[in-house]
Amino acid sequence: MDQGGSNLQVLGVFALLSVLAVGGGAAVIPETKALVIDQHHWLTDDQFRDIYGLGQVVPGPNMLMVMVIGYHVTGFMGALLAYLGFFLPASLISWLASRVWDHFEGSPWRASLQRGLAPLVVGLMAAGAISIAKTAIDGAETVLIAIAVFLGVYFVKKVNPAILVLSGGAVGVALGLH
Amino acid sequence: MSAPASEAEAPPAARPGQVTLAEIFLTFLLIGATSFGGGVVAYLRNTLVLQKGWLDEERFLSALEIAQALPGLNATNMSVIVGDRLRGPVGALVALLGMTLPGATLVMALGVAYASNASNPHVNAALVGVGAAATGMLAAVTLQIGRKQLGTVADVAIIAVTVVLVSVLHVSLIWVLLTVGPIAVLLYRPNTPPVPDRPEPHHGSL
Repeated sequence: MDQGGSNLQVLGVFALLSVLAVGGGAAVIPETKALVIDQHHWLTDDQFRDIYGLGQVVPGPNMLMVMVIGYHVTGFMGALLAYLGFFLPASLISWLASRVWDHFEGSPWRASLQRGLAPLVVGLMAAGAISIAKTAIDGAETVLIAIAVFLGVYFVKKVNPAILVLSGGAVGVALGLH
Repeated sequence: MSAPASEAEAPPAARPGQVTLAEIFLTFLLIGATSFGGGVVAYLRNTLVLQKGWLDEERFLSALEIAQALPGLNATNMSVIVGDRLRGPVGALVALLGMTLPGATLVMALGVAYASNASNPHVNAALVGVGAAATGMLAAVTLQIGRKQLGTVADVAIIAVTVVLVSVLHVSLIWVLLTVGPIAVLLYRPNTPPVPDRPEPHHGSL
């Protein structure tokens, strides 16, 4: 289980990702892969895809998958430290910011910040989608599953995304994908 | 849970201190256990504004504005901000724990099972399918948010530059944020909007 990572490294990596996660979980996927796969060699590309998938089928924030990455590095302590690293710094920043935010009530820069960050976040999410596609799309079957889910989410408004993701898993088993 | 409430009969916003920590914990635990696929903002609004009346619409949107502009996930940032407004720092902590506990427990159960079954062909096949499906979902959500919020030449340029920097040139995220971020905000600096009369920004998000 220990692939050369220490508890301190797990905490450090996910704390860094926490403060960089402007725009949420998807926006930080490329950087997560760069640190976890390329730099620290904690996971292979396929393991990352698998663990990302585990995060998709549980309720709540799907970035809770960082716990499974931590678990792979140093066991349950790694899982706990990945959780603390990924959620505490951003939470602390939000807590402090929400207490001073109202002092800028009339500032027109608040609207500028929101308006300017919106396309940056969409760009980061698109880069996150490209990054996941590079890992998860391999062969015609996976392309077809991705397209089917894309169409389902985009055009069928009331469908629960979790059902589509689980259906993808069922199709994978039925086709014996590997 | 109380009976479903429409917007018209939403109870008045609670005064801070009225709501117990146990109630905060259980409410966020329920949201954490039932929200899927990143649609957590809708769940939060439904529960906190319409059912519980802990926040009015305006306070909810101001909390969301902060949660989206800062690093971190909307779901957990919102838990912290709302919990803090209801019961201070302890309320924030309790809300964060409630929001993440169901998913954390389940993902760890799956993660431990995965660690000892990673070479099982059925597990492998299922996760290949889930990964492909997740890719399609993320692409759709990204396009939805992009189409609803954006449309100026500046928006398209910012998106394109960001994607090229991250996906093609593999520039570290910290440098992308520190360069593109200030430029994007300056492009939309007060009093010089590239396009006047923009519609209200859409508040749904991951």
